Amino acid sequence: MKILVCISKVPDTTSKINFVDNNSKFDQNGVQYIVNPYDEWYALVRALELVESNGGTVTTITVGNSSDDPTIRKALAIGANDAVRINANPTDSYFVAKQIADYAANEDYDIIMTGKETIDYNGSQIGSMLSALLEMPFVSLASKLETEGSKAVLERDVQGGLEVVEVDFPFVLSASKGMAEQRIPNMRGIMAARTKPLKVIEPVEQKALTSVVKFELPNPKTGCKYVDPENMEELVELLHNESKVI
Amino acid sequence: MSVLVFVEIKDKLTKAVQETITYGKSLGNVTLLTYGDVSDSLLLETGNFGAEHVLICKSINERNEQLLSNLIINAVKKYNCEYIVLSQDQTGKAVGPRVAANLEAGHISGAISFPEKSDEFIVKTNVFSGKAIAFVSVHTPIKVISILPNSIPPKENKTTALITEINEDLGEARIKVKELKPLGDGIPLPEAELVVSAGRGLKGPENWGIVEELANSLGATTACSRPVADIGWRPHHEHVGQTGVAIRPNLYIAAGISGAIQHLAGVNGSKVIVVINTDPEAPFFKAADYGIIGDAFEVLPRLTSAINNFKSSQ
Ligand SMILES: Cc1cc2nc3c(=O)[nH]c(=O)nc-3n(C[C@H](O)[C@H](O)[C@H](O)COP(=O)(O)OP(=O)(O)OC[C@H]3O[C@@H](n4cnc5c(N)ncnc54)[C@H](O)[C@@H]3O)c2cc1C
Ligand SMILES: Nc1ncnc2c1ncn2[C@@H]1O[C@H](COP(=O)(O)O)[C@@H](O)[C@H]1O
Repeated sequence: MKILVCISKVPDTTSKINFVDNNSKFDQNGVQYIVNPYDEWYALVRALELVESNGGTVTTITVGNSSDDPTIRKALAIGANDAVRINANPTDSYFVAKQIADYAANEDYDIIMTGKETIDYNGSQIGSMLSALLEMPFVSLASKLETEGSKAVLERDVQGGLEVVEVDFPFVLSASKGMAEQRIPNMRGIMAARTKPLKVIEPVEQKALTSVVKFELPNPKTGCKYVDPENMEELVELLHNESKVI
Repeated sequence: MSVLVFVEIKDKLTKAVQETITYGKSLGNVTLLTYGDVSDSLLLETGNFGAEHVLICKSINERNEQLLSNLIINAVKKYNCEYIVLSQDQTGKAVGPRVAANLEAGHISGAISFPEKSDEFIVKTNVFSGKAIAFVSVHTPIKVISILPNSIPPKENKTTALITEINEDLGEARIKVKELKPLGDGIPLPEAELVVSAGRGLKGPENWGIVEELANSLGATTACSRPVADIGWRPHHEHVGQTGVAIRPNLYIAAGISGAIQHLAGVNGSKVIVVINTDPEAPFFKAADYGIIGDAFEVLPRLTSAINNFKSSQ
């Protein structure tokens, strides 16, 4: 079984969000980067489990520059066999999908996994776009994945419920919570990751179809109004007459 | 301008459907596209929000992103649409980017505003899990816009919808749907307008009765913090926050939740936040509109009976 897992780096979940250059760029000052939790905890770990029980390889792929290498090494420390980095700034989702599709088209992967979304741009786009570019079926928001020979049975999140679906290899999925449990890399994994192959390849030509013109921070809350815990009639009154939500 | 609005309709026109048509109408003439077993009277109702032409494909009776993408792409080509509008729900996330990539069209993921008045096509979206807003510009002639549920107020705009049944060859479905496991009849979290949520402060799953009773009185959907879902006190689909479901209800009531930054990231789009916590220093109070420093075991039942009294006096 050959699995490709798309890995991206995102600011640590406790990062302060600020912008510079006239609010046009994210302020990276003092920001720690981590592997996007959906990519690491769910997609990557499930891919490793499948390969551990069925044999095969897990390759990670990242569209980014050399500042992504530490997060790529983290994925290798958790257990991926090797990594590919496409040496480009990820300008927009279509650009990223195009780079990954171009690489994956010649590699015969059985399953291509992305996370549900990146926790910085929250696009939830790359997996769906990849499936279009590679002309493969797409199982979005998958929370369970089992394989039997050359087909897979998955559970996915749909409006109002969970759906059990069956699909033949090859296909693309986006992984959401439930698919696997987070793994902490051990010392041996961290040592091994240093010498695992990380192949850097150059991007194909592609213009961005969208761009971020500027950022804005939401208006801060104006302050909390405290209500006496004995007096819930007052809260109901405020919710009805003041904020008009009930 | 010709606009294709794609929606899913079951037994009523949900708020998400109304929002999507409203958005489409603001951009031009709306051709609405849907599928499955939908009654004519419901299809006609879409005219109340501005759908002039309704295309329905009855031969698709389950959600298959590949068939639905092909259906949308065919309609876009046939009617020369410049805009494709859908909801950023589970189906929208699966289908929208696929359609966009097929048409090499720019895709806006989770629009929270109508386009800015500008020469460029610019729309706001939430980024950094609601901790910031991005103004995204689309550079392609065809634009795909997925709108975040509960961001656009639906507006009536009466027209008479003309219904056309369509039937086309969309290829073979490569995904087989085996079974649907419904999550209960409640309103799903991403669409819920009222949400009652609880965290580790509730001490154990046996204590959730008081949370559910409040939710029932309000007609609200229940949610929880991540550790509560991780220990198995509550089902995973109730977990809200940065790594769970992101919600934007009108009212979010949080009891026994400390308000960690990752929790806030998924709920800070709520219009009004009520926090119930024994600890006056709990960080959640900084994000709250109304705060109650008190024991959830006493406050929740009291709030439930106050709500019940209020409802029966209405
Ligand atoms: C990468 C990452 C992602 C994460 N994603 C999420 C996420 O998506 N969603 C999420 O929720 N968390 C997430 N977390 C976890 C988050 O950091 C917090 O640990 C978690 O939100 C805490 O849950 P809690 O508030 O229920 O529990 P606690 O922090 O233990 O808080 C319990 C609260 O209950 C109060 N309390 C106790 N008894 C009572 C009582 N009788 N009445 C009223 N109040 C009482 C206490 O004062 C306390 O404030 C994430 C963490 C990481 C590192
Ligand atoms: N620069 C990138 N390189 C590789 N994979 C990425 C990149 N950005 C996003 N992805 C993958 O696509 C998923 C969805 O991202 P997004 O569409 O940006 O929310 C992520 O969870 C990753 O698996």
